[in-house]
Amino acid sequence: MKKALGMLVLLVVVAALTSLAGEGFLSAYNLENLCRRTALFGILAIGAGLVIMAGGIDLSTGSVVCLSGCLLPWLLVEQGWSEPAAVATVLGSGIAIGLFQGGLVAWGRLQPFLVTLCGLLFYRGVARGFTADQTQGFQGGYDGLRTLATGRIPIPGLTDLEAFDGPAAFAIPAPVVSLVAIVVLAAFLLRFTVWGRWLLATGRNPEAAAYSGVPVRWVTLSAFVSGAALSAYGGMLFVLDVGSAQPADFGNFYELYAIAAAVLGGCSLRGGEGSVVGIVVGAALLQVLRNTITLVEWIPDNLEYAVLGAVILVGVLADELVRRYSRRRGRRLAEDRTSEA
Amino acid sequence: MNDADPQHGPDRTIVLEARGVSKRFGAVLALDEVSCTVRSGEVLAVVGENGAGKSTLMKILSGVHEPDGGELRFEGRPTRMRSVRHAQDLGVSLVHQELNLAENLDVAANIVLGREPRRLGMLDGRAASRIADDALRKVGLSISPRTPVASLGVGSRQLVEIAKSIAADARVLILDEPTASLSKAEADRLVELVSQLRQGGTAVVLISHRLDEVLRMADRIVVLRDGRQRGELDRSEATREKIVSLMVGRDVEAVERRPIESGPVRLALKDLRSDAHPRHAVDLEIRGGEVVGLAGLVGSGRTELLETIFGVRRARAGVVEIEGVRLPPGDPRTAVARGVALVPEDRGRHGLFLPDPIRLNFAMASLADHSRGGVLSFQAIRRLADRLAEDLHLRPPDHARAAGTLSGGNQQKVVLGRWIARSPKVLLLDEPTRGVDVGARAEIHAIVRDLAAKGCAVLFASSELDEVLSLADRIVCLREGEITGDLDAADAGEEAVMARLVAEQVA
Repeated sequence: MKKALGMLVLLVVVAALTSLAGEGFLSAYNLENLCRRTALFGILAIGAGLVIMAGGIDLSTGSVVCLSGCLLPWLLVEQGWSEPAAVATVLGSGIAIGLFQGGLVAWGRLQPFLVTLCGLLFYRGVARGFTADQTQGFQGGYDGLRTLATGRIPIPGLTDLEAFDGPAAFAIPAPVVSLVAIVVLAAFLLRFTVWGRWLLATGRNPEAAAYSGVPVRWVTLSAFVSGAALSAYGGMLFVLDVGSAQPADFGNFYELYAIAAAVLGGCSLRGGEGSVVGIVVGAALLQVLRNTITLVEWIPDNLEYAVLGAVILVGVLADELVRRYSRRRGRRLAEDRTSEA
Repeated sequence: MNDADPQHGPDRTIVLEARGVSKRFGAVLALDEVSCTVRSGEVLAVVGENGAGKSTLMKILSGVHEPDGGELRFEGRPTRMRSVRHAQDLGVSLVHQELNLAENLDVAANIVLGREPRRLGMLDGRAASRIADDALRKVGLSISPRTPVASLGVGSRQLVEIAKSIAADARVLILDEPTASLSKAEADRLVELVSQLRQGGTAVVLISHRLDEVLRMADRIVVLRDGRQRGELDRSEATREKIVSLMVGRDVEAVERRPIESGPVRLALKDLRSDAHPRHAVDLEIRGGEVVGLAGLVGSGRTELLETIFGVRRARAGVVEIEGVRLPPGDPRTAVARGVALVPEDRGRHGLFLPDPIRLNFAMASLADHSRGGVLSFQAIRRLADRLAEDLHLRPPDHARAAGTLSGGNQQKVVLGRWIARSPKVLLLDEPTRGVDVGARAEIHAIVRDLAAKGCAVLFASSELDEVLSLADRIVCLREGEITGDLDAADAGEEAVMARLVAEQVA
């Protein structure tokens, strides 16, 4: 939580600097877009974070996004399925992927890195296969379903309803609703339930957890299923938002955005710690940084990945230094206390 | 050993000296102004009960820890031993109780590890073999330097460790419980080797709690108790009685041991074979209220047997029954649900979630009892932690702290507390007081006896005979996976148990 606060301060600082150095950062249109993107990436990052907290890693996020992003329009448009059937199939495929990967990790004792690396290749390959590499789109239809991602909820008293469809009006983007629901649910499960304690204990020390009678394998499985299901749901929202998916590059690198957001938000790759709210702040920070690169003229857009990589590294490094310093100070305090006693 | 007068020979110069050395770990003062001198060509023995500070002193002498107070002098000059490596460069070498050889490498590679001979920047295998050969000859071990360490027995490994120190030109050799896991023949060989090294001018520091060995080997004996130096004896004046009275410093209190009540059979092992020693089947019954000590040397399969019962290790064959009902093999979760508890040997690795709060560590095995519909009751967890912290005399009693900040003894209480929260029917403990100071050790023993008095069946493994003899009602002797004795503790002596643990003859 302390870490989430630090990231929040950093987020505000970066936002303030960007609004000074670039044009249009504080415009309603830009802010609304930022919220939408933060929500979409935040959903993926929470999935990645749950797996990381359980002591694993999921590299397949981007490819699962691609698979579900192609599958949904393909089922609806090419196969003519009904909306509920298509949505259920997309989410079901995410859960199936989670069961498959989690099962291999928990019962097959394979390393999560390898299992999900193979997944990263496999699911994108499958998506490109069944679509024959053709872009899948909604072809102007399905507006009702697309509201899930493109909808805008006016804020009473703030949103300019006269110019609602113009760029000057700010409204809450629909994915934010999904994100808030997921944050509340995930934070509750993680902090207040037996399952959450088991998940964190498994990530912290899987052997000690097993020695305490924690069903370590089932917990690991549940983490991978949550991760893949959120990726599939996120992928669905992404394609509903933009309207079409090109199998070769849809969702490319999204696993890295998700993992980076989780780490910035306080997840340790050693497992056992992290907060859901922190992850969302991490996701927001990444999206604001991407926005900064676009808006500030003297930063060449081509440097996007370099800037992101550098900022993440600095963030992780600063956190490690603070942690070491506070640990040393804590020890000194403890020693002072015992020598007084 | 009739070579001149041990203390006043001309070449008995002081190599290493500790002056008023202190060391504190958290709340525990492990060493309190201890001084000793280590001379070349002399064997200095350091004796004391568990937790007296022997190992801490050795670790300070060998550069593992830096002292908080006092100073070290090497060849008369004040020295800071900054690291193990630094100590080794000076010529101070520690042969650790738990041997530190790289099992995946061969003997030669282990002997030159960290100081590999090089030619043109490449590893010089021939020179390594030569160095190893030479060192192996000095310790009297006739094996090829190419032998993989994994294929060696404990005794040979000990000698390889010493060979490693010799190859590094150690002037001070520190041996931590060198014979703890050796057979009689191997131990004799080691005693012989130490006397040779001593005559060659090496200074030897010996830590042991086998007093007959100490009396045989040592020129001088330093006695520690509760981190303080309680006396230094010359070999001419040392007797077993004198050492013991300095070590204990009080009348050895007789542990209150009730006569064994025949409660119901809680734990039954039938033809159980662990994967460590599948050739030997174990049959054992333990009744409620009984405290059974499992005695055995390193490699006897104590830990493996306990882990097999608990299910973190899968049995090769045989049955574990809890109150007459068979446990599924390899399923610790069901074992826990049926009332079996294991306090593992390696607390940090298998027992605790070190960075997490103590109260969470307490509640970890009973979360379902402290929740409703899967939602945790923080109030119930706090009540549990309050009760356990008080009952177990946890120090400090603040259960919001991270478990990793506690001393070894208090960490062990936390692991015990986790199981007390479940009122276990069968309690298994592996080395219950390893790395625990004397006071906490007595407390832990009292907790275990208390659980037995409430009807729990207790099986604990210990490599320390003292502990087995003082805590157990019944002693089960284990040798290479085979039960070689089942004795009533009231009339079992140290010799009777030891004879059943050690192989009769080594080829």
